[in-house]
Amino acid sequence: MSQAPAGSPLPIVVQSVSKSFRIPEERSHTLKERALHPMRRTRNETFKALQEVSFDVRSGEFFGIAGRNGSGKSTLLKCLAGIYGVDSGRIWMNGRLSTFIELGVGFNADLAARDNVVLNGIMMGLSPREARARYDAVIDFAELREFEELKLKNYSSGMHVRLAFAVAIQVDAEILLVDEVLAVGDAAFQQKCFDVFNEMRDDGRTIVFVTHDMGALNRFCHRALLLERGEPVHLGEPHEVADRYLEINFGRDPEAAAASVAEGRGGDGEARILEVWAENELGERQGSLAQGRRMTLKARVSFAVDVEDPNASVYVLNDEHVAVLVATSARDAEHSGQFAAGEEAVFEFSFENVLAPGRYNPLFTLAHRGAGLDLMDRLEGAFSFVTTAVDPLGGVVELPVEARVTRDTASPTRVST
Amino acid sequence: MSTPALVTEGLGRPIRGPRALTDDWGRFWHLTYNIARNEFKLRFFGSVLGYLWQLVRPLLFFAVLYVFFTQIADVTQGQGPSGRFYGAQLLASIVLFTFFQEATGGAVRSVVDRENLVRKIQFPRLVIPLSIVLLASFNLALNLVVVLVFALIEGVRPMLSWLELPLIVAMLVICSTGIAMLLSALFVKFRDILPIWEVVSQVIFYASPVIISLTAVKEKLSSTLFHLYMLNPLAGIFQQMRHAVVTHTTPSAAQALGSWAALLEPIAIVFAVFALGFWVFNRSAPHVAEDL
Repeated sequence: MSQAPAGSPLPIVVQSVSKSFRIPEERSHTLKERALHPMRRTRNETFKALQEVSFDVRSGEFFGIAGRNGSGKSTLLKCLAGIYGVDSGRIWMNGRLSTFIELGVGFNADLAARDNVVLNGIMMGLSPREARARYDAVIDFAELREFEELKLKNYSSGMHVRLAFAVAIQVDAEILLVDEVLAVGDAAFQQKCFDVFNEMRDDGRTIVFVTHDMGALNRFCHRALLLERGEPVHLGEPHEVADRYLEINFGRDPEAAAASVAEGRGGDGEARILEVWAENELGERQGSLAQGRRMTLKARVSFAVDVEDPNASVYVLNDEHVAVLVATSARDAEHSGQFAAGEEAVFEFSFENVLAPGRYNPLFTLAHRGAGLDLMDRLEGAFSFVTTAVDPLGGVVELPVEARVTRDTASPTRVST
Repeated sequence: MSTPALVTEGLGRPIRGPRALTDDWGRFWHLTYNIARNEFKLRFFGSVLGYLWQLVRPLLFFAVLYVFFTQIADVTQGQGPSGRFYGAQLLASIVLFTFFQEATGGAVRSVVDRENLVRKIQFPRLVIPLSIVLLASFNLALNLVVVLVFALIEGVRPMLSWLELPLIVAMLVICSTGIAMLLSALFVKFRDILPIWEVVSQVIFYASPVIISLTAVKEKLSSTLFHLYMLNPLAGIFQQMRHAVVTHTTPSAAQALGSWAALLEPIAIVFAVFALGFWVFNRSAPHVAEDL
């Protein structure tokens, strides 16, 4: 494990932290209940939210905390933030801390932007003078200059989030604690958030990010910790953590397991999809792709045995888990060739990005020669990308459409598309 | 899982979890002040007449009591000189009691109402009830100006004893803060604190020299009962206010009690209430986010 270089302590050190919550069976909220049933209160159940969690985060690291709902990841973040006290163990922090657990905490809907920005800034640890000095920068970043006199209750939810995020990033914190609930805005805003976090990381700030999105974990994090029922399961590279996460979840969740059998998940394992990513028209790896431009989805695979004419398919799933686009190499590259054990290959799917703005999760499958049903591997949830558009019309896809108006002398105007 | 080496040197500052207080007093004060200021601003600009409405409440209450207790049931009769400037005496007491009610009654729900703050952000928890007390103090400051203007109009002449005013207010603020801390912490676990406190504060209203001056109370009560009555710290505070600010014809708190030494008892109670409130709040602060 990393050793702290002399003179520069690690930004975060967590040592055997445990935390449990008491869940009273019947919560007595009144004095009368307490007085009438003085014995009842002893029957408390404890829920162990965190057990013996230890890790440390290096300076300038983007550190992920992964786990499914109820695994204790948010509790851990709140312990780091000092919102919950820990039962045992210790936590050390080195540097100014900023928490992005929820944006706009303490915003008052009846006040205008300025008062809210100043108060929120003070909450996040600025002095009133600093908070006032940064007001202009906040308003400009949020692009809300023309609405600054408006009370917050007249803001749209998007404006609200923009303002809150703008305040939060104005705080010069060296350590940022980011909860996934942040990622609830629209896709373009999410992307903006992550762009900012990436910039901050490049500035040498340390970021701890809680998520159950393995795509985000893979894209952003240097290292990650996987929690399961409050216990640390794995600490290491994000892709290892993502693998363990999928293993644990699909292994335990009967519904998902049944679904995965039906869909032939996993395949025979004679080849593995190692990595999937997206590239823009310039061949640069991107998580965010502009509508109307050419884009390419790529998968790198490795063969464990000799394979002849393998083919790959991609299902581009949207937020509703609908396959908006399906493509297979079995059509264009039916005879992909002979691959020996240990060899690697890259499958590419290049297309005009006609997708509506939003987040997409490509599902890749790798199959033996044929119709693509004899699976060797299947990979879902390892990667996601965002489509951005300047002026979306609202359809699921936006294909080139020619609209024309011609005057018909006999009948009303007809619009043909 | 690897465990970091068991050395504490070279590590950052330890994270201790939520507490009532903080080492960063600047932030503590800025938070308290700005929360109170924003609330005040909301009430001030919330309606067309803004601050006037804030003022109208105690003034209307005063008008009703004044008309009733001078015209219908005359409590000034038989009080001799201590009944002088009854209007100013009554208004001064009402303004102080309004502060007490705003500070304590407003604090009861404060921590629970600010649940989203408590559960989402790390800050010294004591800021919440203190901002309520501070907000009530802003109102008190404005209302005291009205009291002084009213007293001058009624014929009271400025006195050197007006200088006692900060001390009197300080005692009231300390006492109210103690109760505010106590109630806001208890309400998290016991929701019936709210109706209980409504009744108790009504009782305190009648058990303090607001309508009836201390002289009249002293005449009617046996010495034991009067002693008990004076254990209510508000009794001494209100009486001293009437004495120092309105007229010396009504006895000071010390005179009513018989000696300066006897005054130590209510003063000790004020500080005991403050200490108890702080102790209870401080104990509940670390886990208040989980209890909500």
